Amino acid sequence: MAIDLHKFANPARFLRITAVIFPWAAALTLLLLGIGLYFALFVSPEDYQQGNTVRIMFVHVPAAWMSMSVYSMMAISAAVGLIWKHPVADLSAKAAAPIGACFTFLALVTGSLWGQPMWGTFWVWDARLTSMLILFFLYLGYMAIWESYDDPSKAAKAAAILVLVGAINVPVIKFSVDWWNTLHQPASVATMDGPKIHSSILTPLLIMGTAYMSLFVTVFIIRVKAEILNRRLRMMRLVQLED
Amino acid sequence: MSLNARHLSCIRQDRLIFKNISFSLNSGEVLWIKGKNGAGKSSLLRIIAGLLKPIQGEILWQGENVKDDPDIFQNQFRYIAHQDALKPALTGTENLRFWSQYFGTDNVPAALKEFELERIADVPTGIMSAGQKKRTNLARLIACPAPLWILDEPVSSLDTHYIALFRNQLVRHVKNGGMAVLATHQDLELDFIQMLDLDAERGKS
Amino acid sequence: MGSFFSLLKRDIQLAVRQGSAFTMTLSFFVIAVTLFPLGVGPELSILARISPGVLWVGALLACLLTLDRMFQADFEDGSLDQLMLGSMPLEIMVLAKISAHWLTSVFPLILITPILALSLNMPGEGIGAMILALLLGSPVLSLIGAIGAALTVGMRRGGVLLSLLVLPLYIPVLIFGVAAVEAAIAVLPVGPHLLLLSGLSLGALVLCPLAAAAGLRLAVD
Repeated sequence: MAIDLHKFANPARFLRITAVIFPWAAALTLLLLGIGLYFALFVSPEDYQQGNTVRIMFVHVPAAWMSMSVYSMMAISAAVGLIWKHPVADLSAKAAAPIGACFTFLALVTGSLWGQPMWGTFWVWDARLTSMLILFFLYLGYMAIWESYDDPSKAAKAAAILVLVGAINVPVIKFSVDWWNTLHQPASVATMDGPKIHSSILTPLLIMGTAYMSLFVTVFIIRVKAEILNRRLRMMRLVQLED
Repeated sequence: MSLNARHLSCIRQDRLIFKNISFSLNSGEVLWIKGKNGAGKSSLLRIIAGLLKPIQGEILWQGENVKDDPDIFQNQFRYIAHQDALKPALTGTENLRFWSQYFGTDNVPAALKEFELERIADVPTGIMSAGQKKRTNLARLIACPAPLWILDEPVSSLDTHYIALFRNQLVRHVKNGGMAVLATHQDLELDFIQMLDLDAERGKS
Repeated sequence: MGSFFSLLKRDIQLAVRQGSAFTMTLSFFVIAVTLFPLGVGPELSILARISPGVLWVGALLACLLTLDRMFQADFEDGSLDQLMLGSMPLEIMVLAKISAHWLTSVFPLILITPILALSLNMPGEGIGAMILALLLGSPVLSLIGAIGAALTVGMRRGGVLLSLLVLPLYIPVLIFGVAAVEAAIAVLPVGPHLLLLSGLSLGALVLCPLAAAAGLRLAVD
């Protein structure tokens, strides 16, 4: 009974499917980012209170959406990896983490840039920004644990446990932070979710959201591929050691 | 009693350590695992103890796969590793008493006697010599009896007197229907011994 | 059950005999809390205002100091392997270690809290609530900490990573813990906060040993 070492790092089907998707996703990203930014920067109206600064929202809000979605996606991949031991699942959670962290960072930076003209300060302990910051810490912890194990299969399991614990905790943290915020600064902060979002704002927002999504898919495919190749390289070196 | 291993393979850090190892061990027998450093002796012992998962293969206790029913193998063996599993702040007696309570057994005085530890039993293990610690660790085999002994270099840092003493313990255990899996560089000159040479197994493939 | 209590007893015995863990966390807690008046200024009203937060954050950090030893010492001397071969489920073994950590490293902090609270000019109503909140909420610190400790066992400089992993997860306890004390000081009902803290503790009691046990299996593997 010979062991095929390569079966653990040869997700051929994944590579085949992504090879088809990749050019479309890349093209869609460029197209949607172009249209979305055009609508966001030129077509959509100024806010009667915030003026042009409201346009930051089109970069900020979809980034915040993505930061949460990517974390959920990582949790699901981690669960799949733990339960079915699918090799691509672990790699995909690993590959997604830095992208999610970047979206979170983008949401934090744009949030704080937006805060300056609106609230007169770069950082407010607004519930959402705070939750976002904590989510950013969770991403950092996740990436740090991958770095800390020498054995990739162990790292995958440890990271999976961590991201699942984090995912269970995220709603609790969110709840506690919302609650903390209302306790400390009752409704002094103007936020965007008015009852009515006009379609002239909503349309570019959704376009930008979709653009971010396809950007994620594009970068994600590149990163997973890189991880798979990395894995193979490692295997080849090990095979050399055997001889 | 019987312990069987079938087609065990082990990968550590993506490296194949050994593959397709099988053996079968019955009451009154000792399995001597030989091999160079890095041949996977310790890994094989840890796999038998259930601490490491083999990438392939299975362990059977009394003919039943321990993976299907871990309870049958629970507490049926004692594992002696390189490290002594002793707390330096506790005395030899306290250490042994803890382990015997933890494993639900109680045979500490006999264990101290068999390994000639009575004189030093009330000294914190932190100030014992390596050999004394080793003996205290080995005394766990008597303090917490179990049919299968899994022994990783049990006589390292022991002098000839205590090697002979340990050998006698092992012979008695086996004569009384026990069994042991043993990884050591030292030939203990035992009867009833089976050999498993990991280097030779590697050459086979 | 015998195994559970023998392990609990041994860990407490070790903590008592070595002693240093006790005194070090306690000293750290006292010093960390003492730094705040020095940093913020001696004005009593400000100190009273920040005292619940300071005490909770101090307790969080002091707890963190001993967390990395929770499984590390057993891992280094080979005891962890043996502990995992016992007849009780690994999750229960982990629970025994967690209980021992709480009793030896967190509980002493609670005992000294009233004195520190007085030094920070916390109103009398707050002190009682502080103790209750710590008693109900602090088990979460050991429970969640166990996950981090299990995942970082055997790592060089695991302590730093441990803090990064665990501190964000401590936030809900911190928030509700401080809120309970502030409510008591404002003569508002404390019950809901204490219930939330107990809820967190119970939730953590169920989930954390599972995750920590999974982490330990990885560590010996």
